[in-house]
Amino acid sequence: MSGSPVIEVNGVGKRYTLGQLHGGYKLLTDTLVERVRSFGRRSAARDEFWALEDVSFTVEQGETFGIIGHNGAGKSTMLKILSRVTPPTTGSIEMRGRVGALLEVGTGFHPELTGRENVYLNGAILGMRRAEIDRKFDEIVEFAEVERFIDTPVKRYSSGMQLRLAFAVAAHLEPEVLIIDEVLSVGDLAFQEKCLGRMETVASEGRTVLFVSHNLTAVSNLCERSMLLQGGRKITEGPTDVVLAEYTRSVIREVGTPLHDRRDRQGTGALRFEEISFQVDGVTIDSPATGSDFDVVVAYETADKRPLRNVSFAVQVLTLFGDVMLHLYTRTAGVLLHEIPGSGAVHCRIPRCPLPPGQYTITLWADQGGDPIDWIQRAAELTVREGDFYGSGQAQLPTHQSVLVDHSWSVEPYSGTTAGEAVRRDPSLT
Amino acid sequence: MSDAALPTEAPPGPTISIRPPGKWSSLRLGDLWEYRELLYFLTKRELQIRYKQSVFGISWAVLQPVVLAFIFALFFGLLAKVKSDSGPYPVFAMAGLVPWLFVAQSVAQSATSLVGDANLLTKIYFPRMVLPLGRVLALGIDLLVAIGVLFVVALIYGVTPSAAVALLPVFLLLAFVTAAGAGVLLSAVNVQYRDVTVVVPLAIQVWLFATPVIYASSLVSGNWQYLYAINPMVSVINGFRWALVDGPAPSIGTVAVSWASALALLVAGLVYFRRTEQFFADVI
Repeated sequence: MSGSPVIEVNGVGKRYTLGQLHGGYKLLTDTLVERVRSFGRRSAARDEFWALEDVSFTVEQGETFGIIGHNGAGKSTMLKILSRVTPPTTGSIEMRGRVGALLEVGTGFHPELTGRENVYLNGAILGMRRAEIDRKFDEIVEFAEVERFIDTPVKRYSSGMQLRLAFAVAAHLEPEVLIIDEVLSVGDLAFQEKCLGRMETVASEGRTVLFVSHNLTAVSNLCERSMLLQGGRKITEGPTDVVLAEYTRSVIREVGTPLHDRRDRQGTGALRFEEISFQVDGVTIDSPATGSDFDVVVAYETADKRPLRNVSFAVQVLTLFGDVMLHLYTRTAGVLLHEIPGSGAVHCRIPRCPLPPGQYTITLWADQGGDPIDWIQRAAELTVREGDFYGSGQAQLPTHQSVLVDHSWSVEPYSGTTAGEAVRRDPSLT
Repeated sequence: MSDAALPTEAPPGPTISIRPPGKWSSLRLGDLWEYRELLYFLTKRELQIRYKQSVFGISWAVLQPVVLAFIFALFFGLLAKVKSDSGPYPVFAMAGLVPWLFVAQSVAQSATSLVGDANLLTKIYFPRMVLPLGRVLALGIDLLVAIGVLFVVALIYGVTPSAAVALLPVFLLLAFVTAAGAGVLLSAVNVQYRDVTVVVPLAIQVWLFATPVIYASSLVSGNWQYLYAINPMVSVINGFRWALVDGPAPSIGTVAVSWASALALLVAGLVYFRRTEQFFADVI
């Protein structure tokens, strides 16, 4: 039995019919009408969608395994299948040991019940035995720092207290396999630290942790091995730094396709983005420098080349990890485009580029009265070169910053802020 | 390289195997047993929530059948002159109302139980059947209290239970089977078809008139009794009146018909629930 994996996933796929995606329940009468209408006809090919396709991986005991991917890559579906909330359409999974899923903190808390009552109820929902909760009760309450309020209904708790109590219950669940989804993105910093510490303890006790997040920093801190999902398929699996490198490469590769040929667009198609370039004073350049003025120029064509009314454009600049740095939108900028010609180019001027040197991606959006007409995520790559943002002759900028702003410095005598407060002066400044 | 230094044992605990669902899955009642403590806590939750911040607490379980019994006594007994077949009309009415309210409320509450706890269904795995069953069990506690009160009210009217009281568990169990069967079935149907939420209250009103709560079941005579007894509540209420308030003994034939129909309902409910359960999270 040596080295037998704790989790073994084989060719798992999950198919949804599109109806299920938008509120699956229906009225009986609707179903009857549908049956009558389609009577005698072959059942029309329903809109199907594979949220996951043929995904296989294994996780060994004591490993902390990360699952990463863009939104809609199939991460949450994978988690739901692993935690048995929804069944797979194909494939099989074997898991050895008790599985605890921590998908959303506080699921099952009831506001009318006291902290104590909720600890027992929530523990039971998560699969703990009563004796086990009895044993850990004091520890849970202490971890959550709610000793004084444990017999108060939870509805009187602050949201922070509720969260702490909920996480405390889940953190004291001692399953062999713990599945965690994005729970670390909540709560105050001190408590987040505490939770991370607890997760590391869990892992060091030889338990297996499966961590799903689009916070790549957290994944790279916690997980030795990871898997990258994209469009429901596994792209790669391996040491986390290798997978993260592949992730950024995949972002760039996707961006490499000329805009004209991109098919992964959403919207009605009343307008199509055809080409994107960056220009300085009308001259196309590859990459602008930090602190320089440049235009994002997007050529478009409308369907039938007819003029369009009431169109708004947006340009988003994102990091390779997917964090939005800039969201530039004609409507919020107060720019009203009453009518645009059937073909043309939108210029978005960014004066004194505030982005530090590095690689970014650009997402393009156009809407007509709020309804998307064309939308391409990661439409182009933007490399920002080093530049002299501050005009100080120092092109070398400090690292670890995500945006540059104008600012000024001065040193002045300190004169206090509150009336009546004793004014302390530093003799060396006066 | 030796493996000796590495932990080589497979971790303890059960192996969980996840596969695409087949058309017919087993009822997996063992799973339900595994989660019996959750069932206990959910039942407790129902009782706690119901009586939190209410002045009378559990006595509502008592007041409801008592108040209704006297209203029925006033309108049906005194004004409409409906005949009782077991003691004074208020006692007769209450002996019918106590099990009726239990089953009617169980069905109504469990029908909406899955939809009401949708946030649990889409987040965490547990045998979903604990949700409707928890509602039924919580109301079962109320039922036991109400039976005690019925006993006292009957004594006040000078009605004492016969030796048949020993058979009360048969009818109590029949009431539970009926409530659980209908509750489990309707809760699962409700996940897919929200019509249930609207239809159930109406159906319960209709069901009331097909059940001998207001009137005595002797109104239905001859072989019609067997058809009538397909409604399991007929035998439940006849049994309650027989055991507790000295009513006439129901025939073994009608009780058997009722049991058969209640068990059929329960099996239908369990099978339908198990077949659709795995997709609750996708559909709800």
